[in-house]
Amino acid sequence: MHKILRPALVLLALFTVLTGIAYPLAVTGLAAVLAPQQAGGSLIVRNGTVVGSALIGQSFASERYFHGRPSATTAPDPADPSKTIAAPYDASASAGSNLGPSAAALKEAVARRAAALGPGPAPADLVTASASGLDPDVSPAAALVQVPRVAAARRLDPARLRALVEAHVEEPRFFFGEPRVNVLALNLALDATNP
Amino acid sequence: MPSTFASSALVPPGLAADLIQIVLCLALLVAIAAPLGVYMAKVFSGELTFFARAERALLAPAGVRPKAEQHWSTYAFSLLAFNAAGFVVLYLVLRAQNLLPLNPRGFAGLPPHLAFDTAVSFVTNTNWQSYGGETTLSNFSQMVGLTTQNFVSAASGMAVAAAVARGLASRQVRSIGNFWTDLVRAILYVLLPLSIVVALALVWLGVPQTLDASATATTLEGAKQTIALGPVASQVAIKQLGTNGGGFFNVNSAHPFENPTAISNLIEWLAILVIPVAFCFTYGRMVGDRRQGRALFVAMGLMLVASIGAIYAAEHAGNPLLAGLVDPAAGNMEGKEVRFGVVGSALWAAATTAASNGSVNAMHDSLTPLGGLVAMLQIQLGEVVFGGVGVGLTGMLLFVVLTVFLAGLMVGRTPEYLGKKIEAREVKLAALTLLIMPIGVLGFAALAIATGHAQTAVQDAGPHGLSELLYAYSSATGNNGSAFAGFGAATPWHDTWLGLAMLLGRFGYIVPILAIAGSLAAKKTTPASAGTFPTHGALFVGLLIATILIVGALTFFPVLALGPIAEQVSILAGHTF
Repeated sequence: MHKILRPALVLLALFTVLTGIAYPLAVTGLAAVLAPQQAGGSLIVRNGTVVGSALIGQSFASERYFHGRPSATTAPDPADPSKTIAAPYDASASAGSNLGPSAAALKEAVARRAAALGPGPAPADLVTASASGLDPDVSPAAALVQVPRVAAARRLDPARLRALVEAHVEEPRFFFGEPRVNVLALNLALDATNP
Repeated sequence: MPSTFASSALVPPGLAADLIQIVLCLALLVAIAAPLGVYMAKVFSGELTFFARAERALLAPAGVRPKAEQHWSTYAFSLLAFNAAGFVVLYLVLRAQNLLPLNPRGFAGLPPHLAFDTAVSFVTNTNWQSYGGETTLSNFSQMVGLTTQNFVSAASGMAVAAAVARGLASRQVRSIGNFWTDLVRAILYVLLPLSIVVALALVWLGVPQTLDASATATTLEGAKQTIALGPVASQVAIKQLGTNGGGFFNVNSAHPFENPTAISNLIEWLAILVIPVAFCFTYGRMVGDRRQGRALFVAMGLMLVASIGAIYAAEHAGNPLLAGLVDPAAGNMEGKEVRFGVVGSALWAAATTAASNGSVNAMHDSLTPLGGLVAMLQIQLGEVVFGGVGVGLTGMLLFVVLTVFLAGLMVGRTPEYLGKKIEAREVKLAALTLLIMPIGVLGFAALAIATGHAQTAVQDAGPHGLSELLYAYSSATGNNGSAFAGFGAATPWHDTWLGLAMLLGRFGYIVPILAIAGSLAAKKTTPASAGTFPTHGALFVGLLIATILIVGALTFFPVLALGPIAEQVSILAGHTF
């Protein structure tokens, strides 16, 4: 018994120190030296204020901004903490909708969002909830479809706005990934050219 | 993208780009896994000595002589004792996290059922997330508790595979190696160095690694956004490499901080599969016949490619209920991230359910019915399509035993594998393990339905609700850890029964396969003759795949017909629930 219990306990203790403490701390130390910006969450500072993370989407409702994807994150209801209320892009509690493909709620939500965008089939990503609730990107089609609305709200030339969107399309690298537009980066550029 | 593909009339441009991604992923995987497999064979044979001092520094205080050979039963007992100790410590850490340091957001200790489920989950290499990482666990729990078990549970599985390969390769000996030595070598030579490299690469690509718990931003529209942070990269690296899968955040590798770009997605995808694939090559070398490893690699590889293709096709086709509302070009995007799209999500869903990893980069609950069916079926087949680190290979060897037995029955000869006679004891042990998936999935799920606990936990009505329940118990028994996450598992009933399913699905396989290895190690090796059925050719690969599929289909087809297949038929008919 002793021949088995001793190595079990001793090795568990040693591996806790090595892999549970030394390993994450060593990676933290190296990360702080090699890539401090990324290690700290890729935060974006504008005029001395943190306005978000380059990697995390945020909620946009104003007509003057491009909107991201529907987000399924929730927060406790202040009136009744046993219930939850919608809290889109809550970056402290990531969540997807988890709606199954046959859920009536899914079809209703997609139909409602598509109707709000106007006639014709909508870009799929703009009317479906992302996996994380924090998706920072939309597809190029989903950004372009919003150009007339934002141009009208800001009294901008739609052609110039379209060019701004196209300049913000990130293409796949080495064949991997999908073309995408980071909504926060696009809106920051929009604010910079048209405050 | 090469214009020759793009302009081809046979292959639409989007499809061509997707196929290129799939082929490149698979090619990179094999290019890395094959040499890693050779390296691991040297590690577990004791040929490599550059960490010998660190090995001694760990083994000496434990009172272990590195070369002291163990009988299979002592080997198994050592593994069980080590995992039991890990369970107790992790359970206590989770219960008492409010009293422990590094808890900046002041989380409470976990209730008993959640601590039990989570501790079992990490010790068994399942990493089912009944908790939401960033809303439940302190940095201390994530690092000292979970990251430690990510390493040692993975290393335990790798040790099993090393011991089994050794047992098959040896002749008339009573031992199969030393568990403690195998455990230490798996961590020092394989898991730790790979994790450091992957973690730093991920930080470079944007994955946070800090002891701060959160940052606060003021959004462009003036709202306050609390952004959860933490030592993410170090945990993501090992959860991928060790086929653990328990994420730092609730949504796992769909979270932009766990998986920020298509390149991080590629690295993490490779990390899911690289060690399980490498083990095929390790095995071939350790048993002294590389063709044997290659045959297993081909059998597993064919099934993986079929799964990738099936999930991709289902997700690409999209949800027929949304036809007319959305542009069909992008496929089913509910529960997916734009940066991965359908192809990156399908590759991942296939890999994570093949390899018993359980991390996700898309919400499996929102997969199309057929996409979800393939993911679920891969788990139900017993996690043998590469499977968990180490245990995937040994799970496959149980099917090999059954296949040579069936082949032997057909020709009326005593079955042999690697020159060892496969006799009643081995076949009985292997056949016994066939009961594990039906008990854990069908038995436990039926119990939950009969007691009414299933009906209150499912989120979706109709056949999809049954799929959620089935997926949960499949995932637990298969030690996968992914979920149809609408299923509300964090109740005392489900935490307990899912925990029992995980224990059954882990140790119910490990102990019999070690017993078989011990029994074969003691046997003579007879040279191959004209009557020997070769176990490295196409015929054998075909028989092996057929055995796996027939066992899986006979067990699960009826219930799959009531779940995902019924759901597919319903949505084609335009029904919602």
